[in-house]
Amino acid sequence: MGQTITQKILAAHAGATRVKPGQLIEIPVDLVLGNDITAPVAIREMEKAGLHSVFDPTRIALVLDHFTPCKDIASARQCAEVRSFARKHGVTHFYDVGAAGVEHVLLPEVGLVAPGEVIIGADSHTCTYGALGAFSTGVGSTDMAAGMARGMAWFKVPQAIRVVLSGAPGAHVGGKDVILHLIAALGVDGARYQSLEFSGDGVAALSLDDRFTIANMAVECGAKNGIFPVDSRTEAYLAGRVSRPWIAFAPDGDAAYAREVDIDLGSLEPLVACPHLPSNVKPAREMGRVRVDQVVIGSCTNGRLSDMRKAADILRNRKVAEGVRCLIIPGSMEVYLEAMEAGLLADFVKAGAVVSTPTCGPCLGGHMGVLDKGEVCVSTTNRNFVGRMGHADSQVYLASPETAAASAVAGHIAAPPEGGHRAS
Amino acid sequence: MKGNMKGITKGTTKGIMKVFVYGDNVDTDVIIPARYLTTGDPAHLAAHCMEDIDPGFSTTVKEGDVVVAGWNFGCGSSREHAPLALKAAGIACVVAASFARIFYRNAINIGLPIIENAEAARDISPGDAIDVSPEAGRIHNLTTGRIYQGEPPPPFIMEIIQAGGLLQRLKNCH
Repeated sequence: MGQTITQKILAAHAGATRVKPGQLIEIPVDLVLGNDITAPVAIREMEKAGLHSVFDPTRIALVLDHFTPCKDIASARQCAEVRSFARKHGVTHFYDVGAAGVEHVLLPEVGLVAPGEVIIGADSHTCTYGALGAFSTGVGSTDMAAGMARGMAWFKVPQAIRVVLSGAPGAHVGGKDVILHLIAALGVDGARYQSLEFSGDGVAALSLDDRFTIANMAVECGAKNGIFPVDSRTEAYLAGRVSRPWIAFAPDGDAAYAREVDIDLGSLEPLVACPHLPSNVKPAREMGRVRVDQVVIGSCTNGRLSDMRKAADILRNRKVAEGVRCLIIPGSMEVYLEAMEAGLLADFVKAGAVVSTPTCGPCLGGHMGVLDKGEVCVSTTNRNFVGRMGHADSQVYLASPETAAASAVAGHIAAPPEGGHRAS
Repeated sequence: MKGNMKGITKGTTKGIMKVFVYGDNVDTDVIIPARYLTTGDPAHLAAHCMEDIDPGFSTTVKEGDVVVAGWNFGCGSSREHAPLALKAAGIACVVAASFARIFYRNAINIGLPIIENAEAARDISPGDAIDVSPEAGRIHNLTTGRIYQGEPPPPFIMEIIQAGGLLQRLKNCH
């Protein structure tokens, strides 16, 4: 029986010709990632265990993105700890305010991800890099500590669900709608311990930004990773970013899959995930008039340049509805600069939105847009759990940048075309 | 089980544990909300554990108690603060119908005992007294008399548990 893309990557790192689903393996990793919440715990664990050196300072990425620019003294202390660790060990890929972005927007952008690589990150959305044909998955701080000290990680070889994409998405339909549709179909644990392997002629119709959004939320249906095949669009993205050699793995023709799911991209419409699970999905046009207090456009899910463009196309020459706070968060300094040079930031400000420095901030109820009791937020982020963005009695609806922007203009949850009302 | 049993209701014997019962998809945001992640201090995390879905948890939990939950326990964020908070609160074991994968590996890596057993997770009710042996994969419901015998952890996982966590094992083997 043949192997899936993920199995082939894991086998190559194990120095074997093949691995079997369920097999426990310990393999070398190409990159270990941590942030200002998870790295301090890993650093302390390393020190406690008497592990005083790192395996390779060029294969560790430390990104200060969650509570930064620091929201309080405690978070400043955590950042200081990471800063001092990075300096002590000469960590090459250390990103502080000014260079930092939301980690999963930043790492592919700066060329730290290439097809065929194995990347672990102490952040659950590390699965984002599957968009580039890498095996990447979220782990905890102790795994990160072991990875930094020895460059190794343990895995159970996963089976895969084959997701066959066909057709092309219509107007105002993008990666977010594809993944929300898939999470609704599979359920929040429907892919637990498994890979999502995307295939089919529909892949070519998806931009890399769409693929990042899709792979990013693989974890929201329990998947270990979400992975795309490498095609000419992937190669175009990598050109000028990655100069080291890389390997594009394709699945064997007779690879065994746990199941297959077909998605006709052309049949999808703008979707919304209602509180309090990402699988609680409805078409945006069927939402009725759900009043909105806040809109957040950004994050590791939808904080890339094309997301900014889509939001700006709806907000340009319109106004955010009275009573709505609209927060725009470019995912990295590169996205910020490009959005600025393209005039998008001016569009946002003129519409009555605010533009923030790159940060994870409001997505996890950290800072820069925390919700009070009873408040409703439409967000392009990835989780709508109880209390995720603030008070336990607040409500988060997940949607695409277009749907979020349209909702900001309408003052209630709205499908993108409805956001086309001109300001009087 | 090394769990310290002090604080359990008067008259109970060693090995009897009080249960906290929850439903499906208990996520790491409710186990420990992100607003408390400005520190990794276990006592601080324990004080806020479960507060968004069970405000009384941190004041009623006792050393040696057990959490019993449905499917996909620990889904969401990779924060190791979640199993750390439960462990620091005194939870001796989490029994669930299934675990989200990052929580599963974090629990093993930091030495929080867990047992995956859908039948036990479905049957155990608030107020039941139970006895668990995670290394044997066994749960005994002393109130109903039922014994649930699952698979013990595979040898590789057992090695991590017996070493006292992933980093200890790493030190031992290299």
